[in-house]
Amino acid sequence: MDYLLTESQIMIRDLARKIAVEKIKPVAAQYDESEEFAWPVMKILAESDLFGIYLPEAYGGMGGGILEMCLVTEELSRACGGIALGYAGTGLGTLPILLHGSEEQKKKYLPDIASGKKLAAFCITEAEAGSDAGSIKTTARKEGDKYILNGTKQWITNAGEAEIYTVIALTDKAKGVRGASAFIVEKGTKGMEFGKKEKKMGIRASATREVIFTDCEVPAANLISREGMGFIVAMKTLDTSRPGVAAQAVGIAQGALDCALDYSRTRVQFGAPISSFQAVQHMLADMGTQIEAARALAYSVARMVDSGAKSVSKESAMAKLFASDVAMKVAVDAVQIMGGYGYMRDYPVEKFMRDAKITQIYEGTNQIQRNVIAANMIKEALKK
Amino acid sequence: MNIIVCIKQVPNTTDVRIDPVTNTLIRDGVESVINPFDAYAIEEAVRIRERCGGKVTAVTMGPPQAETALKEAIGLGCDEGVLVSDRKFAGSDTWATSYTLACAIQKLDAYDLVLCGKQASDGDTAQVGPGISTHLDIPQVTYVKKIVEINDKSARVERMTEEGYDVVEVPLPCLFTVVKEINTPRMPSLKGMMRAKSAKLVKWTAADLDADPAALGLDGSPTRVVKIFTPEPRKGGEMISGATGEVARELVELLKGEVV
Amino acid sequence: MASIRILLDKCTGCTLCVKACPFGAIHMADRKAVIDMAKCTLCGACVAACKFSAIELEKSAGPKRDLSAYKDVWVFCEQKKGVIQSISFELLGEGRRLADKLGVKLCAVLLGHDMETAAGRLGERGADKVYLVDHPALAAYQDDPYTAVLVKLVEEYKPEALLCGATTIGRSLISRVAIRTNAGLTADCTGLDVDTKERLLLQTRPAFGGNIMATIIAPNHRPQMATVRHKVMQEAPVRPGRGVEVVSNVYPEETFASRTRLIEVVEELASTVNISEADIIVAGGRGMGGKENFAQLEELAKVLGGAVGASRSAVDADWIGYSHQVGQTGKTVVPKLYIACGISGQIQHLIGMQSAKTIVAINKDPDAPIFKVATYGIVGDVNELVPALTREFKRALNK
Repeated sequence: MDYLLTESQIMIRDLARKIAVEKIKPVAAQYDESEEFAWPVMKILAESDLFGIYLPEAYGGMGGGILEMCLVTEELSRACGGIALGYAGTGLGTLPILLHGSEEQKKKYLPDIASGKKLAAFCITEAEAGSDAGSIKTTARKEGDKYILNGTKQWITNAGEAEIYTVIALTDKAKGVRGASAFIVEKGTKGMEFGKKEKKMGIRASATREVIFTDCEVPAANLISREGMGFIVAMKTLDTSRPGVAAQAVGIAQGALDCALDYSRTRVQFGAPISSFQAVQHMLADMGTQIEAARALAYSVARMVDSGAKSVSKESAMAKLFASDVAMKVAVDAVQIMGGYGYMRDYPVEKFMRDAKITQIYEGTNQIQRNVIAANMIKEALKK
Repeated sequence: MNIIVCIKQVPNTTDVRIDPVTNTLIRDGVESVINPFDAYAIEEAVRIRERCGGKVTAVTMGPPQAETALKEAIGLGCDEGVLVSDRKFAGSDTWATSYTLACAIQKLDAYDLVLCGKQASDGDTAQVGPGISTHLDIPQVTYVKKIVEINDKSARVERMTEEGYDVVEVPLPCLFTVVKEINTPRMPSLKGMMRAKSAKLVKWTAADLDADPAALGLDGSPTRVVKIFTPEPRKGGEMISGATGEVARELVELLKGEVV
Repeated sequence: MASIRILLDKCTGCTLCVKACPFGAIHMADRKAVIDMAKCTLCGACVAACKFSAIELEKSAGPKRDLSAYKDVWVFCEQKKGVIQSISFELLGEGRRLADKLGVKLCAVLLGHDMETAAGRLGERGADKVYLVDHPALAAYQDDPYTAVLVKLVEEYKPEALLCGATTIGRSLISRVAIRTNAGLTADCTGLDVDTKERLLLQTRPAFGGNIMATIIAPNHRPQMATVRHKVMQEAPVRPGRGVEVVSNVYPEETFASRTRLIEVVEELASTVNISEADIIVAGGRGMGGKENFAQLEELAKVLGGAVGASRSAVDADWIGYSHQVGQTGKTVVPKLYIACGISGQIQHLIGMQSAKTIVAINKDPDAPIFKVATYGIVGDVNELVPALTREFKRALNK
């Protein structure tokens, strides 16, 4: 389908596709197996200027937006959703600075992110604060020109690998979510440690760790926006980043469909390629249609974000919800089309299936997305 | 350092498929790319420039659409591109091709180094690089796998041989043909591609070159194709099936004659 | 300027030329062939394919040159550390056949230092004459002195054909000599023959990057030069005691000057057998699944006394070094036995190994193209079959 991309968007997509095909696809299985972080690939993405595409030119970026970021995330995910997350996770960690950071903060941190010299990570989730993000316990106590952070963030993407962390912590416990604030914490800050690397079902090339703060001193200049704005920063960040999760899901789904389609054309049973059987054809047709619908929704929401729309919560939740459900369904069907081969690790579809699952869970489970969507729908109806 | 990289646009061999009926190449839909071996030459040239400063100029001879190869080369870090294109060059064999490229190089600013891939993936002759150095009358080192040292005056390089490698010292200007072992080419960068998009290429025809017209194209090519044919494909043989152990035993029995 | 055109009265609209054109430059309109000049490269493939002489490729006739002074077939004999390389014997074998057909002498060209004894023995490999240039500067190959000397020999003695190995040395040297002597040169010939009437060397090689073979001539230039890859031709048999005339040539010292300086010759001891020399090759591709599984191939190769080869994708995945790569961008191999494990058989790979005497293919995909060239094919899991084969061969060979 023609999404009327601009010439430079096509260039970005094609470059990301080239890197995915030539540099990620050949190593995807290996990183999945070893669970190592794909630094060599990150270096390639950096040299190709892809980390900066959604950042303003003033900070060394290419001046694009969320749509550009989605195009790259989708193409990389088509080869490996885990490796793609090193890229997308950096985007998530960067958005609080980009959206709410001061000029000084932007000048200090964005150029190194744009050049890919440093990766970023976003820290909100805690052991007892998943879907219920409002019950985070990490605190930030102001002492002079410093904040002292204490608490443990869990399942943080890029933790340990990234240099720049945006962290949500409570500056005023009594105020609950209104007492939360956002901070920039650099790796190496005293009192900041990482837990052991988690062993995951999928996206295994992505690093997931705890980030532990023990009397961690952060300069007051690293407070993003004002005290008490933490949740607004976090919600706005997630609203903006969800089209990216949708794009990741679309990429995973497309990667799985690519394999299944290829296989169905060469696999001969009962004397004919299985792609000639209607049972298989109908599955392929559904998969292709669902992916295209998910992509159309993801791109539309990304464009809406880029246009400066004020509220995108509902739409970005829809994109994330729909695309991730499509990814899961398509990946399962891809395995089914390939039968026993699909179940074997020799082919990448079982990996796509494992990778797809996370997209229904992280950055807000799909159940939470539905809550957001419904709440917005009801709110809109009330206004009428 | 002023470096010239000679490149060629070729069909992407990873796309190449053979028509099972006619046994000929299916060219439809096959994209054109920079000869993979030339990519190593481009990368090496860019690396030398990053170390020593200077300029990298990509030169190609080919049809007008070879322009895209030059733009791609700029996307990979080359500074300028020169397209040498004319109907008069049609039918060039390696003699005429190397002559034409040498004439183009002589028209450019003084150079220190000419880099070529060891061969083109579509012709596989490995003759054009040495041909250019001969026409230019400069020393050459072929199959370079490592540039150990390079400065304005000379270079020390390793030339890959069948047994290992030779260490060779050579004064500049000179020509190297490079092998895959020399580096890992980088991916194009967006900034480079943006620059390529707006880059003005130099375009020369036969009239722009100080060349003997009789030495160009088919007229200047000593060789000529007189016959083409598709070889009989090798016949597939016997399929062996059964349990792993049985199959292995059967195969060993069949191959006994070959392995003693 | 050269031009090409369709002779409409002769064109029958048979479309042979359309199929033959490697550049897709010909289509049919009104049942006649039409050439798209934007795509045509004047390669002449259509002219060669047309059965009705309906395509005319006109070359501005340069001055017709008198080529009668050129005679004899020459073979450039490559030596390293004073040892004549086997490629030279392969070329002497082929050169003998061509020289006999043309009714001329087969001459070897030998450049080196202290090579008199070796030169004297080239008669045993079929040479009638050896042009020897013996000088310390020629002990090891260097582009400049080798080019200068060979050009002098060619200009002085005027051979009609000159064969050279498509080796690192051969390809570097002969390309320069061809330019300097204004000769036609064809790389990597897989077949050579002569047209005795026109005294033409018919040089056949794969062309246009595919499964097409082209026969190439150099009608108006001498010598006619060709390179041939190692292992493509049969080595000349040894005929003990057969004599040879050695012509020693002395040239002024400046002929041996070299702008490049050879500092060191490093031999890297290959841990395994060199695949271009091996009689048995066990090769692995992407289907091996990973680097660690290549150990199974090494094990089998060891039992068979063979070498390990690989497809490009296995090399690209860094499972094994490039020196093991077989195919268009790797080495051409002609072993007695080639066992392809988990190699699908892309054309680029087949080009490098399909002349093997016996090919065994093991692949889990029954439709893999490799089975189309295999003498014996097995559909199955390489990681089960290879160890099983190793066990069975061990037993059969009492190892």
